[in-house]
Amino acid sequence: MTVSDIKDLLEAEVLCGEEFLSNHVHTACGSDMMSDVLAYVKDQSVLLTGLCNPQAIRTAEMMDIVCVVFVRGKQPDEAIVELARERHITLLSTELRMFAACGILYEAGLRGGAKS
Amino acid sequence: MSSGEKPAYTGTMKLHYDVNASDFSKAGVVSGEVKKLLKVKRGVPAEVVRNVAIAMYEAEINMVIHANGGHIDIEITEKEITIIFADKGPGIPDIAKAQQAGFSTACENIRSLGFGAGMGIPNMKKYADFLDIKSEVGVGTTVTMKIFL
Ligand SMILES: Nc1ncnc2c1ncn2[C@@H]1O[C@H](COP(=O)(O)OP(=O)(O)OP(=O)(O)O)[C@@H](O)[C@H]1O
Ligand SMILES: [Mg+2]
Repeated sequence: MTVSDIKDLLEAEVLCGEEFLSNHVHTACGSDMMSDVLAYVKDQSVLLTGLCNPQAIRTAEMMDIVCVVFVRGKQPDEAIVELARERHITLLSTELRMFAACGILYEAGLRGGAKS
Repeated sequence: MSSGEKPAYTGTMKLHYDVNASDFSKAGVVSGEVKKLLKVKRGVPAEVVRNVAIAMYEAEINMVIHANGGHIDIEITEKEITIIFADKGPGIPDIAKAQQAGFSTACENIRSLGFGAGMGIPNMKKYADFLDIKSEVGVGTTVTMKIFL
């Protein structure tokens, strides 16, 4: 699956990182608690979160996450978008709630990073 | 030498950072800088760089949310990176308890910022090759971690 597929499946708006839409995504993680996200690293992941602050981007930065999806229509401020842009992370915003967004991606074949 | 192919720098480096707790959006800046340095200047493998970044980030965040900031001292050699986080915060009364997954004293305000799952110290243990926490109530906390490069 690509970031572009995720954008289409979640009917999401692209906030930055349009040029990386063809990046591949292998696993996903959905949480508002960043240390839960940091517990399981997988390559080429996407993070779905309702947390709309700079630490969502910093968490993605530390883990080499390629795409962050803000659920429930959250719109980050320009400073957050700039942080993501500098780190080559694609930011998406979807009106869907967390459960629905994760369910749609799961149904489309995306899986979570298993406990290692 | 062909362009874009710089030799990895392997000499010993010492770095010192002050961590200010007044701006939460800046928490993690040091971890991000060290990540970049290891990756770009020292050519450390991506997976190892990520382990350093995550372990550091958890300790840096703790210093900001639980201890009102502090200092980070780093030594990088060819073989390993040693990072010492020292703060003059409230200290940890029961370190064994603080290390348990899920244990947190974080208030609702911290939780609304995305932290307080009680997974930070377990994550440090998971991603660092060596972790030591020394703390005294009313004096402060020192976290030392090492990762083999
Ligand atoms: N530098 C510190 N100074 C004082 N107390 C600390 C410090 N670091 C950790 N603690 C204490 O140890 C507890 C556990 O820390 P840990 O990082 O595992 O979880 P957390 O920070 O509460 O939540 P999370 O890391 O999942 O966001 C904290 O809730 C806090 O009580
Ligand atoms: Mg923590």
